Amino acid sequence: MSALNLIISALLLTAISGLPGLCFSRFSPWSQRIAVGFMSLGALAGLAGAGLALHHAPMTTAELPWPAIGQAMIGVDALSAFFLVPILLMGGLGSVYGLGYWSQQRHPGTGQKLRVFWGLLVAGMTLLTIGRHALSFLLGWEIMALSAFFLVTTEDQREESRRAGWIYLVATHVGTLTLFGLFVLWRWTTGSYILTPVASGTLSLGLMNGLFFLALFGFGLKSGLMPLHIWLPGAHACAPSHVSAMLSGVVLKTGVYGLVRFLSLFPDPPAAWGGLLLVLGAISGLLGVVYALAQHDLKRLLAYHSVENIGIIFMGLGVAMLGRSTHQPEWVVLGLAGCLLHVWNHSFFKALLFLCAGSVIHGARERRIDRLGGLAKVMPWTAALFLVGAVAICGLPPLNGFVSEFFVFLGLLRTALSNGAGMAAATLVPVLAVIGALALACFVKVYGAVFLGTPRLPPTTPVHESPVTMRGPMLALAACCVLIGLAPALVAPSLDRVIAIWWPGQTLTTPRLALLAPLNEISFLAITLVTLSAGLVWLLAPGRRRIPRVGTWDCGYAQPTSRMQYTASSFAQSLVGLFHWALRPHRVQPRLPEPFPATAAMHSHVDDAVLDRMILPAGQRMERLFGWFHRFQQGLVQHYVLYILITLLLMLSTLISFKDLLVRLFAR
Amino acid sequence: MVDNIIHIALLLVFPPFLLGVINKTKAWFGGRVGAPLLQPYYDLAKLFQKEWVLSTTTTWIFRAGPVVTLACVLLAGLLIPLGRFAAPIGFAGDLILFAYLFGLARFFTTAAALDTGSAFEGMGAAREATFSCLSEPALFFALLVLAKLSGSLMLGDLLRGPLGGFAPTVIAPLVLIAIGLFIVLLAETCRIPVDDPNTHLELTMIHEVMVLDHSGPLLGVILYAAAIKLFVLGSVLLHVLAPVQLATAWLNWPLFLLELSGLAVAVGIVESIMARLQMRHVPYLLVSAVLFCGFSFILLVR
Repeated sequence: MSALNLIISALLLTAISGLPGLCFSRFSPWSQRIAVGFMSLGALAGLAGAGLALHHAPMTTAELPWPAIGQAMIGVDALSAFFLVPILLMGGLGSVYGLGYWSQQRHPGTGQKLRVFWGLLVAGMTLLTIGRHALSFLLGWEIMALSAFFLVTTEDQREESRRAGWIYLVATHVGTLTLFGLFVLWRWTTGSYILTPVASGTLSLGLMNGLFFLALFGFGLKSGLMPLHIWLPGAHACAPSHVSAMLSGVVLKTGVYGLVRFLSLFPDPPAAWGGLLLVLGAISGLLGVVYALAQHDLKRLLAYHSVENIGIIFMGLGVAMLGRSTHQPEWVVLGLAGCLLHVWNHSFFKALLFLCAGSVIHGARERRIDRLGGLAKVMPWTAALFLVGAVAICGLPPLNGFVSEFFVFLGLLRTALSNGAGMAAATLVPVLAVIGALALACFVKVYGAVFLGTPRLPPTTPVHESPVTMRGPMLALAACCVLIGLAPALVAPSLDRVIAIWWPGQTLTTPRLALLAPLNEISFLAITLVTLSAGLVWLLAPGRRRIPRVGTWDCGYAQPTSRMQYTASSFAQSLVGLFHWALRPHRVQPRLPEPFPATAAMHSHVDDAVLDRMILPAGQRMERLFGWFHRFQQGLVQHYVLYILITLLLMLSTLISFKDLLVRLFAR
Repeated sequence: MVDNIIHIALLLVFPPFLLGVINKTKAWFGGRVGAPLLQPYYDLAKLFQKEWVLSTTTTWIFRAGPVVTLACVLLAGLLIPLGRFAAPIGFAGDLILFAYLFGLARFFTTAAALDTGSAFEGMGAAREATFSCLSEPALFFALLVLAKLSGSLMLGDLLRGPLGGFAPTVIAPLVLIAIGLFIVLLAETCRIPVDDPNTHLELTMIHEVMVLDHSGPLLGVILYAAAIKLFVLGSVLLHVLAPVQLATAWLNWPLFLLELSGLAVAVGIVESIMARLQMRHVPYLLVSAVLFCGFSFILLVR
């Protein structure tokens, strides 16, 4: 069976996975079991197909009959297959996770709807990655965008969810509109809707720039690049956790896929594109993590971290584009390898973290970081798995995040060694280092506040570990993180194949990744690190003696309470202070003039700079401005007919000169 | 091979001696006799024989903190060349791993501090995480300058400079990054003026307050790891400060140890003649380290 057939069967299986369940009663567990069965089968078939396509480089295409446009091209090559892996993996794992997290018994009202759109979401993403025709791509894109809207508003009885859903819907349609413009312009310049590389020197620079900026805006909006991220935190925080994992881990990457695919169609891009991608990526990375630090909500914090990681992905892409413009194959290989591997890695560890957050919400019914604490004792599995995700997302060895950030770093450092325009890119090396250090501060804060220390929840709250259906998918994702971290050489051949097809019309042979990056050394040192730590634990083990346990010393204070712990907000306070120019934290602080003040409360929060400080105020101002037009809109039909008459007269006057008009009107 | 064995042996044995040298210098400045030079070894031996005591609040993270830290600094120690001798492990890009190993150590140290549920240790962890966000770019800028100077991405070549030493035209950038790296060294090893390694009970401490609840063998591991960190970062700085080489190969080992002890004396002098900065002024110092290294990069590419 060919790779394409397998992927098409996966597409069909996932698309219909939620439908049989609609025939069952709302209280029957079978609707969910059948959907999970279909999803798992589809995911397995699709993963097999993607694996085949990643191993056999030649692209397989097929023509599907489609009444509106004649023939719709679909095809699978290494790049499609590469992005299909996280889509289908998360599609399958997420539906299994849903068995415990969003079971039909506990959510009879929303479960069936959620699973229908979950299946459609996965199918839509599968279609867009294999679409080779602008229309099949857009069809997949819209199926994905709309089913994501219905998934975000799963709990549409909550006002917060409806608001997040609407902002998302507006944002995604602005993006789609841009893509319409992009494909129309593409058709106009190349004469076809089929997405194949254009020959070198056929497009003028102005047209190429037009196509590039449309693509950057449309795809950047979907992937949540910094000034375009407005819809992201709300939507990802309000959805059910496995949906958040899918949106944050996988759906954002379709934007990256779109841009990577589109950039592969141009033979010789100007160097400014790479520079722009690098700068945007750096801004997105830095501000994303700074905003994350200031959040009080576990899921909003994770959502802002997606903005940061998308920034790192764009930095990798920027290095690769710069390499293509300046004909430096090493930069292309390292930059694109960093970009693509970070796409995989982020989809593994971010999905893992969101699933762990779901597990916390499931077990403790609380998502405000400052209300949680000490969960590691009651939820040891979730705590350990969250730790894996946290270490990975900070880009620390020996896990997978380190490997992809390492490639990006290496690409940037290589630009430093060159003597040319690429030098300026090297100044982003310290920026990437700051992003890493800030991410570390942020995840120590979250991990410490949620899982360590003493519990802040009221002691009567029943907290429990998640069932095995939820732990299994988390464990699988953690295993992916560990595997790529310890043995990056396993993914190098796949990356090489994708890189080889990404640079059309190249004359220089691209070197293999394994020759440029010290993959074996990384493996060796990562394994050494693990064994060394394990050896030291063994060496230090206190033996069989029982370890005496006493209360935390706390400088001799006898009655510490959990409220005296350092909270997540206080942990982040000094960093938020350092970045107050970007964050502008909003503090409500009472004045305490008397020696015995009455009860008072203070709180602080950080608004989103773009959404809450620019777009919403601008919208309100616009609303006031257009209020002026209300005087023309009085509801009287006669008025409206009068307007029509005036308009027609005005339009007529453009057809014939005013003098002729007068003559015609009054000559009779 | 012999050099590698000496490298590992020095990495394991020599670091506590540096702490002894610093303390002796401070004692000398204070007009005291001071503890013997080998006192840190006695302290470690005593701590490793003690009994374990753990807080009821803590989990396995609390115990993992010191252990992972020690593993990280040991591994980082294998990546850097000591004096004129090549590092046991070296590959293109190992400078990134070097910096990120310290990151991993910081993750576990700060997480272990938060595990005690005490406000003091939380405060220390927050400060450590905050200040490292400023010292990290300084370190990377410095490594970037060295990479540019030597044309290599391998710590071994990058630190030892091009064959025949650095050209005289690059003295200015080297001086600037030496200042920047010295500030990073003081901050990362928790010395005055950033942190005070002697007092435990003040609200103004960073590192010492994070390890308040560690005792016995765990505290021993922490002190030992801190000494190794000083040794490792000190050897990095030495390459910039004193790139001298003797003709007789083996004589370079004693020369290196002498230079490192000299650096420890310098740290001791700084501790003796300066007061610790106010906590809110520490970021200014670290930002100036970033600026020193940044200007050095600009000097290089102008």
